[in-house]
Amino acid sequence: MRNAFAEALYEAASQDERVCIVVADISPAGPMAKFQQEHPQRFINVGVAEQSMIGICAGLALKGFRPFAYTIATFSLYRPFEMVRDDLCYQNLPVTVVGMGSGIVYSTLGGTHHTQEDIAIASAIPNMQVLTPCDPAETREMTRWCALENKGPMYLKLGKAGEPVLTERALDPFAFGKLRRLRQGRDICILAHGAIMKMALGIADELQRSGASVSVINVHTIKPLDREGVARALKNHQTAIVIEEHAPHGGLASRVKEIAWDENARCKLHAFTLKDEFIHCYGSHEDLQAAHGLSAQHIMAKLRA
Amino acid sequence: MDSADRRNSFDAAAARRRCTTYRKRILDVSQQVGALHIAAAYSCAEIVDVIYHGLMRRNGVNSPDTFLMSKGHGCMIQYVILEHLGVLSRADLDTYCKTGGQLGCHPDYGVPGIEASTGSLGHGLSMAVGMAYAERIAGRDGTIYTVLSDGELQEGSTWEATMMGSSLRLDNLVMFVDNNDFQSLGRTSVTHPSFYPVAEKLRAFGWEAVEIDGHDAGAIFDAVTGRRGDKPFALVGKTTKGKGVSYMENVPIWHYRSPSREEYEIAMRELDQAAAK
Repeated sequence: MRNAFAEALYEAASQDERVCIVVADISPAGPMAKFQQEHPQRFINVGVAEQSMIGICAGLALKGFRPFAYTIATFSLYRPFEMVRDDLCYQNLPVTVVGMGSGIVYSTLGGTHHTQEDIAIASAIPNMQVLTPCDPAETREMTRWCALENKGPMYLKLGKAGEPVLTERALDPFAFGKLRRLRQGRDICILAHGAIMKMALGIADELQRSGASVSVINVHTIKPLDREGVARALKNHQTAIVIEEHAPHGGLASRVKEIAWDENARCKLHAFTLKDEFIHCYGSHEDLQAAHGLSAQHIMAKLRA
Repeated sequence: MDSADRRNSFDAAAARRRCTTYRKRILDVSQQVGALHIAAAYSCAEIVDVIYHGLMRRNGVNSPDTFLMSKGHGCMIQYVILEHLGVLSRADLDTYCKTGGQLGCHPDYGVPGIEASTGSLGHGLSMAVGMAYAERIAGRDGTIYTVLSDGELQEGSTWEATMMGSSLRLDNLVMFVDNNDFQSLGRTSVTHPSFYPVAEKLRAFGWEAVEIDGHDAGAIFDAVTGRRGDKPFALVGKTTKGKGVSYMENVPIWHYRSPSREEYEIAMRELDQAAAK
């Protein structure tokens, strides 16, 4: 995702002179070097100074630019939270806050580098929008959209690197604020977002092998959420399963539960999320997910119970 | 107009008269509400007057230059100046902090003449750095003026922006520190002696910095127009909180509260007497 973001940003910056990036001593490698070389004035490194990174983005936006603030998710959203709230959201400025390596992808760096609750925090702020791509192709489309179309503050929640392409055969194109069907079925509907979509597709395969007809819906825009789309999915399937790498409160799972209640949904609803606990173990990304019950094996066992 | 002409053009006596008018107008507004940060506005009256009437082109009205009130709680002085310039209306000031009004205790982006929302301390300088840099890379010649309080210089974010402003060599950025040596719990020099020296710290961070009387409009104007102009410039204005009204000066309660009718009369009298001298 990191490289796809950098490539798309470079292309957008070549197209629109207002596009710029402010980083806090962290930069997407590879294609970003080309950006720096060709648009040196529009690449600003503030150093390890995330509060001013956000404030400087606000100043640039107030003067007509379309800045991206870029660093590791916990430092782009948590450290400068009040600047994000006041400078970007209160003033409703077109600044994209990029949370790189979000969730628990930094599986050996410890809890200081995890963002288990970033969607809850970002979504709680008025005016803030939240996008979470599931693969590099979607990252490219979203980055382009943020750079050229977006009108207000955005939290763009990215993974790291090496994610597979999952949207090649998607049934719908990326459209901001709309659900995107990756597969269409009749019985079970899986709602997911972000890189954990790979696990969601694997679970869909297993359910299909046992005879179920499964829809897989990519909820890439968490805010504004496609409420009607979610309500329709709940209505049209007997079972809905939410899978997300996020705390149980304030993410997609709780939004879907709200909608299910409001719509008097009749389907069974299962939610698989991270626990409301910090993570003190190390290992692979998958190891950490599994420690909180996010593994195909665990989810299938629960569904079969 | 070059800087020498501009220097000659500033009428310090007129600035004194304007500042008396502004202080009196703020007193009038104070009678409509229970609180309005009166002492914080009086403290930076001359600084903000010089910014609008001496430094910003077209007196800040549709100007290529920008004023950002980082110490948002001092915005009453900005409001009365914007009213004087015709950017805000009398009705705007009359409905200050009232239902249906558009002016509150802190400046809000979107209100005519307000370039950024402030109120939470330590945000303004980063935004000013972003604005100044934007002017440069857009090929425009706008200068960004911003006023900070003592307290804002205790925020880490301010020093992040200070370091970045000079690292980018933003010669179109001018920061004023309204150094009245007061904050909520007392005198800064007592509560935080290491706060000083201010100008030396700013120089160490790569800024050109001077320290002068922050109530001497002529000196403020001369210092800013006479700056070298090859790096960001900071003017540390030694000011008095509540300047101009004896019972308000350096008395913490006047950070926020409005005077009673009797106190209002005394203040008006004192301002008139000082102006007549």
